[in-house]
Amino acid sequence: MASNIVLSEVEYNVVGKRHLRPDGVDKVTGRAQYGADVQLTGLLQGKVLRSPHAHALIKSIDTSAAETFPGVHAVVTAADLPFASLSREELGGEYQRLKLASNHVLASDKALFKGHPIAAVAAESQHVAEEAARLIRVEYEVLPPAMTVRQAMESDAPLLHEDLFTSELGELSDKPSNVASHMAFETGDLDEGLKQADVVLEREFETASVHQGYIEPHNSTAFCNTDGQLNIWCSTQGPFVVRTSVADILRHPVSRVKVTPMEIGGGFGGKITAYLEPIAALLSRKSGRPVKVLMTRTEVFEASGPAPGTWMKVKLGVTSEGKITAADIFLAFEAGAFPGSPVMQGAACALACYDVPNARINGYDVVVNKPKTAAYRAPGSPQAAFAVESVIDEICEQMGMDPVEFRLRNASREGVRRVEGPIFRRIGLVECLEAARNHDHYKAPLEGPNRGRGVAAGFWFNRGFQSAVNISVNPDGTVNLIEGSVDIGGSRASIAQQAAETLGIAYEDVKPTVVDTDSIGYTMVTGGSRTTFATGWAAIEAAEDVKTQMVERAARIWDTPVEDVQYIDGVLSHKSDPELRMTFRELARQLLGTGGGITGASNVDPTGEGNGFGVHIVDVEVDPDTGKTTILRYTAVQDAGKAIHPSYVEGQMQGGVVQGIGWALNEEYFFNDQGQMMNSSFLDYRMPTALDLPMIDTVIVEVANPGHPYGVRGVGEVPIVPPLAAIGSAISHAVGRRIDRLPANPGAVLEALS
Amino acid sequence: MPGLVHVSTTINGNPTDFLCEPRQSLLEVLRDVLGMTGTKEGCNDGNCGACTVVFDGRIVTSCLVLGVEAQDKEITTIEGVATPEGLHPVQQAFLENAALQCGICTPGFIVATKALLDREPDADEGRIRHWLAGNLCRCTGYDKIVRAVLDAEDKMKA
Amino acid sequence: MEAIEFTTPKTIDEAVQAMASKGDRARALAGGTDLLVQLRGGRRSADLVVDLKEVPELNEISYSPGSGLTIGAATPCYRLYANADVAANYPGLVDSASLIGSIQIQGRASFGGNLCNSAPSADAIPPMIALGAVANIIGPSGSRQVPVEDFCTGPGRNVLEPGELLVSINIPAPAANSGANYLRFIPRNEMDIAVAGVGSAVVLDASGQNFVSARIALASVAPTPVFCKAAGDSLAGKAVSDEAIEEAARLAMEDAKPITDMRGTIRQRIHLVGVLTRRTLNNAIKRARGEE
Repeated sequence: MASNIVLSEVEYNVVGKRHLRPDGVDKVTGRAQYGADVQLTGLLQGKVLRSPHAHALIKSIDTSAAETFPGVHAVVTAADLPFASLSREELGGEYQRLKLASNHVLASDKALFKGHPIAAVAAESQHVAEEAARLIRVEYEVLPPAMTVRQAMESDAPLLHEDLFTSELGELSDKPSNVASHMAFETGDLDEGLKQADVVLEREFETASVHQGYIEPHNSTAFCNTDGQLNIWCSTQGPFVVRTSVADILRHPVSRVKVTPMEIGGGFGGKITAYLEPIAALLSRKSGRPVKVLMTRTEVFEASGPAPGTWMKVKLGVTSEGKITAADIFLAFEAGAFPGSPVMQGAACALACYDVPNARINGYDVVVNKPKTAAYRAPGSPQAAFAVESVIDEICEQMGMDPVEFRLRNASREGVRRVEGPIFRRIGLVECLEAARNHDHYKAPLEGPNRGRGVAAGFWFNRGFQSAVNISVNPDGTVNLIEGSVDIGGSRASIAQQAAETLGIAYEDVKPTVVDTDSIGYTMVTGGSRTTFATGWAAIEAAEDVKTQMVERAARIWDTPVEDVQYIDGVLSHKSDPELRMTFRELARQLLGTGGGITGASNVDPTGEGNGFGVHIVDVEVDPDTGKTTILRYTAVQDAGKAIHPSYVEGQMQGGVVQGIGWALNEEYFFNDQGQMMNSSFLDYRMPTALDLPMIDTVIVEVANPGHPYGVRGVGEVPIVPPLAAIGSAISHAVGRRIDRLPANPGAVLEALS
Repeated sequence: MPGLVHVSTTINGNPTDFLCEPRQSLLEVLRDVLGMTGTKEGCNDGNCGACTVVFDGRIVTSCLVLGVEAQDKEITTIEGVATPEGLHPVQQAFLENAALQCGICTPGFIVATKALLDREPDADEGRIRHWLAGNLCRCTGYDKIVRAVLDAEDKMKA
Repeated sequence: MEAIEFTTPKTIDEAVQAMASKGDRARALAGGTDLLVQLRGGRRSADLVVDLKEVPELNEISYSPGSGLTIGAATPCYRLYANADVAANYPGLVDSASLIGSIQIQGRASFGGNLCNSAPSADAIPPMIALGAVANIIGPSGSRQVPVEDFCTGPGRNVLEPGELLVSINIPAPAANSGANYLRFIPRNEMDIAVAGVGSAVVLDASGQNFVSARIALASVAPTPVFCKAAGDSLAGKAVSDEAIEEAARLAMEDAKPITDMRGTIRQRIHLVGVLTRRTLNNAIKRARGEE
């Protein structure tokens, strides 16, 4: 039954083939060096002391017993951060931003979530550091917490920040509030659109906080030398982001910070924020020794991530022909302890799959006493899609319309303007819907009691941003490719493939290496489905630069004008003299005697969007006695533009789907009345295991992105967008009750049934 | 260091001696004392399987074994799976089937898979999923891992 | 983790001496799958950890049709389901042994450790209660026997006095026409703590149509595992029927006194006791009839 289908438009020599990844042997033999594996002479181990309270004033911190504990070399608190000794006048407009950033790293006057760092210790061993950290005495005045957006938006809610004022459509409010901002998108005439509708349905939804769930905990090793050079080795999706953050928070020259990204054990957006790096650097500065700080799994749950819990309302108007005429959407997203939820992205994605003439979307970014939310794979989009797609599903049910047919009638296509402004170029949503409709899964009847099928679509922008690549030619005709994009799931391969294709050489002849921030130009994070797209583009441009220089060199060797030399499929030849012909390899061998080596370089910042869409189909069975849902069959269809490495595209799709299954069925942050997370372990957080799943079928649709040389769109984000709604709808059909809250765990489904 | 204990054991076929504190786990000993960092830590409470090793013939999570318990035992880690001649078929299958993305769970999966196939060379999909339920992977959705295990079965018979 | 000392006694006497030397600051180590997590998280502390895996009596499985099954307290789960006598005569124990934790955990975790850890959610305890198991305890003042249903006294607490050790668990030989089953409900399919669990054991008459006796025990619905005497007794002498099973399920639900927490609500747990009692009784009946 299981199948992986690729619907290709164009065939290339290297691109589109399933090559072995260059870092594969290291990773299957345990040789690959991850952040926790770093060993340095004189290395100390750090331990962070964290707030046990969700919301509390810090009255005093006494570190004296920890400082004198045998084996301890340094203890730091927020008082050691530069912010503590800088005045508002000195900082000017930077004051508020630096205050929030510094307080996130180490709390100064107030703990804003359970797990908020209070102090840190560097000692001879992990155990000694832990023992010493326990000796730090912190006096708290515990405050009532605000744990959900609904609670935090109440007028009498406990205030997290006395100096946070709502940015109300750009204007600052005059009263402090937990609502950090209110933004809105509007198009057409909402009231008119609702009047045109034959069916208007309004529903309300809630989703819980969930974690990215990468298996490797955060880690950071820092060494600050006496000359001011600060070296950091860590697990990050964005070494340049870490460099900027550390330089900013520690007021350290950016040129004296070198960040070496180690192999990374998963991130999904959650490994961009610099949580530990400034702490490790402070401890190193104070102790004069390199310091490694690791998070435990509990710390990962309680002090990193999560994706926001939400409260959402969706009202859709639809004609009897199944055309959407109006949409009114309310999104309130938890930001966590500091402003910055992805509500803007959620708002922009909410209706992106459809051509909606009249719409209004209001978004609220609300601080609550939970860890500051971090990006999680298509941040904001899965929640928004859960709300919108669920309402569409219910409308289809009411109207007796096929859910794929309904979506085809309303699907975004080239020329459609999104609610927030941009106009789509050539996109592949219609092709995805058609592939879903034609799939054996969709055509197969679903029989048996307590079973249901769900369908949903999803969108992510897939924006480019900055990337740099250098390519040097080796005397044996191979090339070294130097990049700044951390390889989180096979991107060394997908980038090397694009370089090889451009150069017309074999995949195996490109040797990619990910380097530190001193050794390559600025490269944005590995995230947002941008790496294969933008760093791939940089590789193409660097390869073009190599080709240009190779042509010039051949011209020099042949003593002929450059215009007479051509470069085709890795062969240099004279346009009119058939005797003058060299392969890439033959010329590479001659470089050192004819003017020196050749290095191509590029810095790119592609501004267009890849615009990825996916359509998912899922069959579930619900045990009516226990409320437990079993995923019977799952098919994910997605437009990849061009799948550079189909296996890793499928892997992204399958991985995203399964994270979405976890989000829909069981994963959630469970808090007690005091705002303390009770399930901060893999045992009780309940991510899917191999035994909870079927094979995940995939269909890669290839509608080339006109904005990329090989048509790449980016793939990683989209597959987590549809599952929440698809599964929610499937359960709804299985049990005859609508699912409007996630997770739809057995207890919740049982309640819905009773 | 108070009260270090001398332990004699065998790791990947090599007689090995080390000193450790009784409170140090086998995982800490492997990584921090012996420098064998192929075995990974994901949770330190037995719920992710990233630190899986073979301990006297059974797979265990090395975070839930004390280093001092290794006395007179036989231990196999990820570093003992490949041979000088090349990768083990399980490793080759994971590589060829794109059964890893970030790779942090991979050593644990490979050690667990090899232990399964050494006992049950014909394990079916259901049995594979059951055996590997103690190994969490967040990247792949397990699809390509299960396929890799099935492929490794074929490779080991060839 | 705080510093500990570690010792590996070779005999029961040495083990008892080691335990007694530190009183309540000594902790017995079998598989360590609970103890090490608790020591690391600060939920328990100890000065001395006594590894019991070198004491022969604590690591043996023996069976005879006369005296039944004796499981050494430190015997890991996998040895139970790998043992031909256990597999043939105690499928209800195999149910438990093969669903505790992962394969990795089953390589270390023991029924004895599960009993001594005395978690309300312990998966090994309900089937042992249902099968009438007895705990063999030894200490500085001699040995004693405690029925497993009387062993746990609260979450993480039990009848063991400082210095005492659980040596083994004895389970009577199965009666003719008997069967047992343990099921738990978890949101995933493995690697979870029971939201609720039920172990049932039945003895039928030769016709297979009537209950001779039955025992039912619950997990995760009270501060300790619960022996539902009334529920089991209600079946004795009755014909096998949906009504009889339903009545037993109702009585079992009455014995459930759960709390609401991250793993489930009171209402859900009581409901699940009913569902699982019905399912385990039906499975036990099938096994008693040799239908499975």
